[in-house]
Amino acid sequence: MAISEVTVRDAELLAIEEVNAAGGVLGKKLEPVVEDGASDWPTFAEKATKLIAQDKVATVFGGWTSASRKAMLPVFEKRKALLWYPVQYEGLESSPYIFYTGATTNQQIVPGLDYLKEKGKKKLFLVGSDYVFPRTANKIIKAYAAANGMEVLGEEYTPLGHTEYSTLVNKIVEAKPDAVFNTLNGDSNVAFFKQLKSTGISADQMPVMSVSVAEEEVRGIGVDNVAGHLVAWNYYQTTDTPANEKFVAAFKAKYGADKVTSDPMEAGYNAVHLWAEAVKKAGSTDVEAVKKAAGGVSLDRPEGKVTIDGDNQHVYKTARIGVVQPDGQIKEVWNSGEPIKPDPYLRTYPWAGGLV
Amino acid sequence: MTALTVSRRVLTGRWQGPAAFTAVAVLALVVAPLLLEPFRLGLLAKYLCYAIVALGIGLAWGQGGMLTLGQGVFFGLGGYAMGMYLKLNDAAGDLPDFMVWSGVEKLPALWKPFGNPVFALAMVVVLPVAVALLLGALVFRQRVRGAYFAILTQALAAALVILLVGQQGLTGGTNGLTNFFDFFGRDVAADETQRGLYLLVAAVLGALYLGARQLVRSRFGRLLLAVRDGEDRVRFLGYDPATVKTLTFAVSAGMAGIAGALFVPVVGIISPALLGVVPSLELVVAVAVGGRFALAGAVLGAVVMGYARTYFSEELPDAWLYLQGALFVLVMTLAPKGIAGLAAALVRRREARA
Repeated sequence: MAISEVTVRDAELLAIEEVNAAGGVLGKKLEPVVEDGASDWPTFAEKATKLIAQDKVATVFGGWTSASRKAMLPVFEKRKALLWYPVQYEGLESSPYIFYTGATTNQQIVPGLDYLKEKGKKKLFLVGSDYVFPRTANKIIKAYAAANGMEVLGEEYTPLGHTEYSTLVNKIVEAKPDAVFNTLNGDSNVAFFKQLKSTGISADQMPVMSVSVAEEEVRGIGVDNVAGHLVAWNYYQTTDTPANEKFVAAFKAKYGADKVTSDPMEAGYNAVHLWAEAVKKAGSTDVEAVKKAAGGVSLDRPEGKVTIDGDNQHVYKTARIGVVQPDGQIKEVWNSGEPIKPDPYLRTYPWAGGLV
Repeated sequence: MTALTVSRRVLTGRWQGPAAFTAVAVLALVVAPLLLEPFRLGLLAKYLCYAIVALGIGLAWGQGGMLTLGQGVFFGLGGYAMGMYLKLNDAAGDLPDFMVWSGVEKLPALWKPFGNPVFALAMVVVLPVAVALLLGALVFRQRVRGAYFAILTQALAAALVILLVGQQGLTGGTNGLTNFFDFFGRDVAADETQRGLYLLVAAVLGALYLGARQLVRSRFGRLLLAVRDGEDRVRFLGYDPATVKTLTFAVSAGMAGIAGALFVPVVGIISPALLGVVPSLELVVAVAVGGRFALAGAVLGAVVMGYARTYFSEELPDAWLYLQGALFVLVMTLAPKGIAGLAAALVRRREARA
């Protein structure tokens, strides 16, 4: 299991403990079965099959990359079992057997672009890892830019795990964009931000808006390299809600005071509680009953109020733009004010008409 | 003559091979489908797909001395050929799902012929064999061998992954091709179909094993061994080692292609992650563990490593990768010729004592 996936699992195990401490669901305690997808898509499908067919679990929480979800989707649809997927993703999907507790594009990427536009950043440079999320995200960004008088100066992809960014950063420096939109994944961010810092261009002059850099990654990249840059998520460790105070304290108590919490962890943590709530409402763990009961389930979570949209099985989420602070935490500088209705196909955005 | 000596004759004499093969065949075709639940049988089918690739590696590397670190390429070509057909068949005239979300509006010309099952099935073998023949003709004629050949095949695997990932609209990108419904008129996920597929995979493996064994025992096979152990001497004797190696490499590529095509309906996905450098290396490791000098060793290695991977990862989700590595180190230090080499040594010792 990669580091980020481990933290989501830990948050989900914490949520299961909390549900059990509160008496469980329908008079029964939850019992977790942990499997490792090994960042390998067919293994995700294999383990999902095992959990459903052999362990006969009531529901599955998990998945990380889009590819892992796409590999598991047929397993859940054919076996009519439930998957709760906790990561922000590229949208354009709405499986009847998946609940998406991370952001879809209109709850993360579009607000990120709105923020850049509001700040007068007209010229963008797009950097991403070469896989489905960045490529789809960049298609959306280009459509948005075209409709909003913004200009995309360049679009570059590097293979997953790539760590040589001198050429790419040189291209960015030459293009002189107002801002960079970054969809790089994992370790690549370390090399990218280090290289960028070595050019001496400050975050004020040319901010980088990242959508895959959370508290956990900030530590890996090194705070010095990324402080001052922007990120777009729905939750930060600093988000000021009573539920978050409780979540952060409980997580640190269980796993160590030096641990941080992040958006995907919170989305995984929420998923367990949302499922438990839907089960209570349905009076059963039967998949169809839970699906039916889940629509409209609403809870006060660390990120604020979240509500399951029964139509597409995504959740209403508040978008939050943050700035990385010198202490490694992320300070919110803007939020959408209220939870945004999930729109995985961007049907309510006229400029996205040609995308799907 | 007591029954004991008869059975010893069967185990060690000239009937040893056929007896063992029959025993394994009965085990695989009759016992396994009866005992294993559908999920476990599906996993075994997956290991057997890998075993087909391993058989090819055993032929090219163990018998021919060509260390190929890029069998994933041929596995992938076979897999994608099958995947493309299944995708088009499911789409029934529409665009495959991933093209829709990748913004492709018209079916690319490359895809069109794969709608025909006969063409697609032919390509499963033709594509890998053609690539291997081309590569073999280019490099073996230039007398590229050893580490240079290994690096070249590995680079090919890396390059194919980059190509597949970059052409998302054409290939499904990192996600690959997944979500299949219909397999030649049957529901691909149904237990009955999966059982049939398992039997098919096992039968194909058995047939290819017998074919490979025959090849190794033929005049061609002896020439292949001679090329492995002394390429220049073979050349001085008037044979052309490049042709021998190219043909063998092409056979191993064809096997990998067939394995890839069977893998797709069994597992339900083909993606760049399955055919890159790491999975290609894992198969070579499996062959080394099983014993590269015996074809049966290569097959055994793939099944053992596949099973170990599943077992360790289910029992110890946090530490299983280390255990998999430890298994490799352990086998290589204690038995450099793999499990098959160890077994052969044991048999020899018993014969010496008898």
